[in-house]
Amino acid sequence: MGSIKTFHALYNDDDVLLSAVKKIKEKHYDIEEIYTPFPVHGLDKVMGLEPTRIAIAAFIYGCIGITVATLMMNYIMIVDWPQNIGGKPSFSYLENMPAFVPIMFEMTVFHAAHLMVITFYLRSRMWPLKEAENPDPRTTDDHFLIEIITDKPVAALKKLLKDSGAVEINEVKSKDH
Amino acid sequence: MYILSNRLKIFSISLIIIGSLGWFYSYSTSHLTLDQVKELLAEEQHHGSHSDINHSMETSNEEHHNSDVHHQGDHNGHDDVAHGHEDEHAEHVLHQIHNRPYAALYVAAFFFMMISLGVLAFYAIQYASQAGWSPVLFRVMEAITYYLLPGALIVLLIAFVGDKHIFIWMDPEVVAHDEIIQGKESWLNKTSFLIRGFIYIGGWSLYRYFSRKFSIAQDSANDNKNFKRNFQISAGFLVFFMYTESMMSWDWIMSVDPHWFSTLFGWYVFASMAVSGITVIALITIYLKSKGLLEYVNDSHLHDLAKFMFGFSVFWAYLWFSQFMLIWYANIPEEVTYFVTRIEMYPIPFFTMFALNFLFPFLVLMNSDYKRVPIFIVMAGIIILIGHYMDVYMMIMPATVVDRYGFGIAEFSSILIFLGLFLLIVFYALSKEELLAKRNPLIKESENFHY
Repeated sequence: MGSIKTFHALYNDDDVLLSAVKKIKEKHYDIEEIYTPFPVHGLDKVMGLEPTRIAIAAFIYGCIGITVATLMMNYIMIVDWPQNIGGKPSFSYLENMPAFVPIMFEMTVFHAAHLMVITFYLRSRMWPLKEAENPDPRTTDDHFLIEIITDKPVAALKKLLKDSGAVEINEVKSKDH
Repeated sequence: MYILSNRLKIFSISLIIIGSLGWFYSYSTSHLTLDQVKELLAEEQHHGSHSDINHSMETSNEEHHNSDVHHQGDHNGHDDVAHGHEDEHAEHVLHQIHNRPYAALYVAAFFFMMISLGVLAFYAIQYASQAGWSPVLFRVMEAITYYLLPGALIVLLIAFVGDKHIFIWMDPEVVAHDEIIQGKESWLNKTSFLIRGFIYIGGWSLYRYFSRKFSIAQDSANDNKNFKRNFQISAGFLVFFMYTESMMSWDWIMSVDPHWFSTLFGWYVFASMAVSGITVIALITIYLKSKGLLEYVNDSHLHDLAKFMFGFSVFWAYLWFSQFMLIWYANIPEEVTYFVTRIEMYPIPFFTMFALNFLFPFLVLMNSDYKRVPIFIVMAGIIILIGHYMDVYMMIMPATVVDRYGFGIAEFSSILIFLGLFLLIVFYALSKEELLAKRNPLIKESENFHY
């Protein structure tokens, strides 16, 4: 058994990247991470990642949003300063609900969207002032990078990467080893 | 290739026969006389408030009932005027009871016509936008639109046979005493109603005829000339459709309440149309797939249809609510009567309809994975169809039968008649051609469609 090594393979096309990931997976190498300039459709499936659970989170956030809107409008328009809505001074939330539906809708969308983005950032370990984890600045432009950590023979891996269409293969020294 | 089985033929023909028998039965029982209605009303009144008196009344004859109505009026402190009111009320109820079989038939006829028209618009959108996913479903859509010509002609026929039983403005006596309808007479008169009806139906049917012709000619062509022609006429049809669909909804639905108007009514009816149409495409596709046909249709196509079902259900709810909220907020008497009638007299169907058309499909079809599972699509689809039947019912019934509504033999047998006719015509059209539009230039993309 060799020592643990990290490789960076760079590609310049998303279709080549997809087929390369399939080939690497077939040979049972562990792909640590892939850095792409834009979302590549179907990449999560070929990498074998678990399906995202963000939809469930979004549903919960939407429910929170509609609850917040209901409580807020009830407090503002009914409890704190009772309003005569549309000439119907019933002072009941339920009877005036049609007037609040647009707000309930907007708040549902607002909460679902914003909380979903925040969740996504946190889940991806991104927050303000954080140093970029991105190993190569070219992945923000026109290159795709596959990071592989392996203890298998180096030569075979390099050949595999070359054959799969990599334009550049770098061995990197791990920061923490 | 789909073959129309004898079983389906017999099934749909027997639906039509059973439905017709049921409808004629309800028609014959709806022909009460004024005295019978008075008796009925008196009985209802007793059931309502004087159940103890009811026992002593059991043996009394018709005349007794009549005098009882009189007596009741006196007893409650009314004078002779009240008696006149009673008579007038009885006459109204008589009309409402007479109207019911016509209205029930009209609702069912319109509902099935609407499905077909919705599919035609959806089909034209596929051509006009050159959608790559849908050509494998073209033959299914074409089969459903085959029902449009007969279906729409029947709607127009029922409108004329039903006459004042459905459209109050067709009654010269009502118009003579109604200034608002008189003001609208240049639009709402029988001649122009008929002419407009023929223009709508003629335009739709011409498009449907040529589009189907080009679609079939494309199968055996060597170039894409037919496809291009289809693209052009589809774009033209969509413009024509937008105007005529809106006008059709004013004529055929909105004018049952001739005093009332809503500016987004056409869109609202269109949303109903589109969602029921797409649902029927999905249901028939699933049915044919379960028979082992349509081998190129995969679950991505179903997913797209279910997305449209979901999307148009939300769109429908959006328009329904937009119409409701503006009228509710402004509270203008001539507008708000529409919803006052419905909420006060039809509280259960009114709110159930909204739940079935919005909440149920919204929650069931929200999950992305469920949109690919036939059982979920069928379940949501059936609920959507029931909901949109109720939607049409809620548009027609309050104006024709007012509070004498229900879901009885008249409504049920009307549905049977048109369901039978719809199945017969649609599946006959399916059996006429190959189920795959094999020379469509986008067919490869559609066959390999993958989401």
